[in-house]
Amino acid sequence: MSTVEQIAIERATIDVDIACVGFGPAMGGFLTTLSRELLNHDGSPAIESGTMPGMPLQVICYERADDIGFGVSGVVTRARGIRASFPGLDPAQIPMAAPVSSEKLVYLLDPIGASRRSRALRVGDRLFRAFRKFLRVRHDALELPFTPGFLHKKDGLVLSIGQFNQWVGAQLMSSGTVQIWPGMPVSEALIEDGKVRGVRLLDQGVDRGGSPDAGFTPGMDIHAALTVVGDGPAGAVSRDIDRRLGMPEGNEVREWAVGMKFVIELRPDVELQPGTVLHTFGFPEPEMFGFLYVHPGNVASVGIFVPSWFDCPIRTAYRYLQHYIQHPYLWRFLEGGKLRSWGAKSLQESGKRGEPFLAGDGYARIGESSSGTNVLTGSGVDEAWTTGALLGEGVIELLQAGKPFTRENLEQAYEQRRRNSWLEKEARIAEKSRDGFQRGVVTGLIGMALAAFSNGRFSLGSPPAKPGERLVSPADFYRGKLTPQEITAVQQECDVRGTSAHGPLMDRCGWPAIQHDGSLLVSHQDVLLMGGKVQAPAGYADHVVFRDIEVCRRCGNKLCVEMCSGQAITRSVAGVPNFDREKCIFCGACMWNCPETVQGQSNLQLRAGAGGLHSAEN
Amino acid sequence: MSNSFQVVVCASVVPDPLQTLEPVSGPNGPALKNEMMLPAILDPWAAHALYEGANLVKQVAGSSLWLVSMAPKAKLQQVMMTVAQKVPLQLVAVDGPSSGFADAHQTATTLAAAVRTIPGIDLSKLLLFGGWESASRSAGVTLQLVGEELGIVDQFQGVDAITPQTDGSFEVLERIEGARHQVSVCAGPPAVLGWATGSLGEPRNDPQVGMANMRTLMPALQRAMAGTVSSDGLHYANVTTPKQQRQTRIVKDMPTDEVARELVHWITQE
Repeated sequence: MSTVEQIAIERATIDVDIACVGFGPAMGGFLTTLSRELLNHDGSPAIESGTMPGMPLQVICYERADDIGFGVSGVVTRARGIRASFPGLDPAQIPMAAPVSSEKLVYLLDPIGASRRSRALRVGDRLFRAFRKFLRVRHDALELPFTPGFLHKKDGLVLSIGQFNQWVGAQLMSSGTVQIWPGMPVSEALIEDGKVRGVRLLDQGVDRGGSPDAGFTPGMDIHAALTVVGDGPAGAVSRDIDRRLGMPEGNEVREWAVGMKFVIELRPDVELQPGTVLHTFGFPEPEMFGFLYVHPGNVASVGIFVPSWFDCPIRTAYRYLQHYIQHPYLWRFLEGGKLRSWGAKSLQESGKRGEPFLAGDGYARIGESSSGTNVLTGSGVDEAWTTGALLGEGVIELLQAGKPFTRENLEQAYEQRRRNSWLEKEARIAEKSRDGFQRGVVTGLIGMALAAFSNGRFSLGSPPAKPGERLVSPADFYRGKLTPQEITAVQQECDVRGTSAHGPLMDRCGWPAIQHDGSLLVSHQDVLLMGGKVQAPAGYADHVVFRDIEVCRRCGNKLCVEMCSGQAITRSVAGVPNFDREKCIFCGACMWNCPETVQGQSNLQLRAGAGGLHSAEN
Repeated sequence: MSNSFQVVVCASVVPDPLQTLEPVSGPNGPALKNEMMLPAILDPWAAHALYEGANLVKQVAGSSLWLVSMAPKAKLQQVMMTVAQKVPLQLVAVDGPSSGFADAHQTATTLAAAVRTIPGIDLSKLLLFGGWESASRSAGVTLQLVGEELGIVDQFQGVDAITPQTDGSFEVLERIEGARHQVSVCAGPPAVLGWATGSLGEPRNDPQVGMANMRTLMPALQRAMAGTVSSDGLHYANVTTPKQQRQTRIVKDMPTDEVARELVHWITQE
C-alpha cells in the first residue's frame, strides 16, 4: 500500500480569516479578547471577513481532543491575566474553582528509605529527624515557615483546567463570533516561501501506517490570512513550524518535565478548605516537585512533576505518583479517597531559551508552544492566557488598521506587547534560575532562590543539557543496588512479558509494592479506564512512529517505554517497542525522552493524532 | 417532490458515559452529581437515528432533516460543536432539562410542540426519528409519546433499516426476538421510527459540514424556545447507576475461545 505522502491527492480547501490550532488557556485568552471586538452592539460585523465579504470575521479553532474540556493541568495560578480579562471574576461561576485560601511549602523526608538522595540531603534529613521536636517535623515532613514570594499564589485561584476551558469555551461559542471544533486534529502548517498560509487537517480513513483505507478522507487544507498556533508543549504544528522555519539563533528547547495527577474525592471527614495549596519537594525522589490543591466539594488534585534533569533511565511518573500520595504527610488526607480522574502532560520548561519565533508571515505562536511557562514561579496557565490575550489585542489593532498579518506587523503588534509586559520581565528573571539543577537538587534550590531574590542577575550552574545527553545507563544508575546482570535479566523478562521494566527494578531497589485497593491505588492499566477513559477513534494513523527500528533495537534504555504515561509503548522480544494508540493520552513525554537521533531528528516521532483523554475534571 | 420526506430527529443530550456518573438527590428530585460540569454527548441511540436520517435525506431528493433537541442551552451548544461536524442538519433548540429524570409525557408534549413550530413542516410528510431507547434512563417511551401527541399512528421500534420505495412507501426492518427482523411496508409518512443501531457507522468529522451548519446553528441556539417540564407529581423510589466491577489481567496469545469462556465464567459468578 502507498502512504498518503506517496500518492497525489486532491484535497478540499476552505478559506477562513483566522485559523487557530489547539484550544487551551492560551487560545481561550486569544479568542476571548478577539471575540469581544468582532461585533457592533447592534450585532452587525465590526470587522468584515476578508474571505466572505459582508460576513463577520471567520475565526475557526481546531482542537484534537474530543471535547474542549479534556485538557490536563494541575492548576494553581495567580490569575493576573485571567482576572484582567474578566474583571470582577466570581470563581464560583467556574466549576471546581476556588480562591487560594492557604499555601504551604513542605519538604518531604523519605519514610521508606528507597529514595536516591545525595549525601548533602541525607545529612540534612538526619538533622531534621534529630531535631524533629524543635523543627516541628511531623508526618515525615517539614513545613517551611513561609512560601517564598516568587512561588506564592496569593490572591490566586485553584482551577481544573478542563472545567476552566469548558467555561471559557461556552462563553466564546455563545458569542457566536468564533467556532471551535473539537475532535479535529491538525497535522501540519501550510508553508509557502517561508510564509504560513494555513493548516492541513489530519487524514481520516487510513490504516495504522497512514495508507488510505476504507472511507479515506484526505485532511482538508484550511487557508487563512493568520494562523494562530497554541497547540501546547508537544503540538505537531508548533514543531512542524520550528523544523521548517527554524528557531531564533541560540534558542533550543532542552528542558522538559512530565506532570501527572490524580483528582481525588476526599474522605468526608477530611477537613481541608477549598483553596488549600501545598507545594512539596523531596519525595518520592529529591528531583520531583509535587502538589496538592483542594477544590470545592472535598475534591483535591494531587500530582508530581518528573523533570528531564532527573537522570534516571526509568523516569516513570505513575509508579512514583502512587508512592507520593502514600507519603504520611499526604496519606492522612488521601487514604480512603476515591479516584475521580487522572491525567498527564508534558511541560516545556525551557523558558526564554526555548522561545521560538513568536510571529512570522501569516502566523503567531502563543501559550506553552511559545515557551510561555515561567519555570521559576512554576506557573504556566496564567502566562499562557496572557500570551493569547496580548495577541488578541495586537490582532484587533491590525484588523482595525487594515494591516496585513506580515512578520513586521505581527512583531510590532504582538511581540512588542509581549516584550513590554510582565511576562517578559518575569521570564527574564526565570531564564537561568534552574541551571543549578544541572549540578544537583540542593544547588538547584539555592540557584532558584538566588535568581529570584536578585531579579535574575545571579544564578548557579550551567545551561541545561538535552534530556538524552544527561541520561545514564541503568547499570550506572543502579550501581551499588543492582548488578548489570540483574538489570539485564529484568529487562529480558519484561521484553517477553511486553511490559515496562521500571516496576521490577523499583521493587528490587526497596520501593514497596503498591497494595491496590481498587479505589485510589489501582494498576496502571486500570487508571486508563477509571481515571482517564482514554479513547482512540478509528481511521487514524499511529501518531507515535519509530523511524529506524534498528536504532530502537540497539537502544539499551527503552526510555520511551519506561516513562510512557499510559503504558501505550511497551517492550517486545524483537527489541522494537510496540505502540498501542488506544492507550495514548498525548502527554508527549516519549518525544522528548527518546535519546536516539537519526539524521538530526529524534528517532521517535510524535505526529498529530486523534483521541486521548476523556475526562473533564483534570 | 411528492415522495420526499421531512425527517425530524428527536435527540436528547446525555452526560458523556465515560465520565464518573453518580446519582444524587437534589431539591428538585434525583440528579447526577456535578451534572452541569460533565461534558455531554448526543444520546448514542438517537445519534444513530440522526445518521440514518441524514442518509435517507441524501437518498430521497427534496427531503429535509431537522434535529429537535431539548437541553440546557449551554449543553446543547457544547454538543453541537461535535454533532455539527457529522451531517448537514437544521437545529430546533429547546432550552430545558436533559437530566433524564424529567417526566417523559411532559417532555414529549414539549418536543411535539417544537416539531409543530418548525417553519414549513408538513406533518403528512413527517418521519419522526429518534432512539429506540435512551442512554439517560432507558425508559424508551418519549419518542412514542411525541408521535402520539402529533397524531402519528404508524410506529416502529427497534428499527435497523428503512428502504424507500418508488411509490412513496417504505420498508422497515424492526428487531424482534431471536436476533431476527420483522419486515413491514408502510404506505408512507407520517410515521415514527425508533432506531436501534441501524447499519451506518458514525460519520467522520467534516469541516465543510461544520462550517455550513454553523451558519444556522448559532441563530437556532439564540432563539431556542423555553422547554417547561416540571417534576411535579413524579416520585423516584430509588435511583442507581449500573454496578461496575473491574478486574484487569493482561494476557498474550490467549485463544479467543478461552477468553470467551473465562468472561462467561466471570459474568455468571455474580
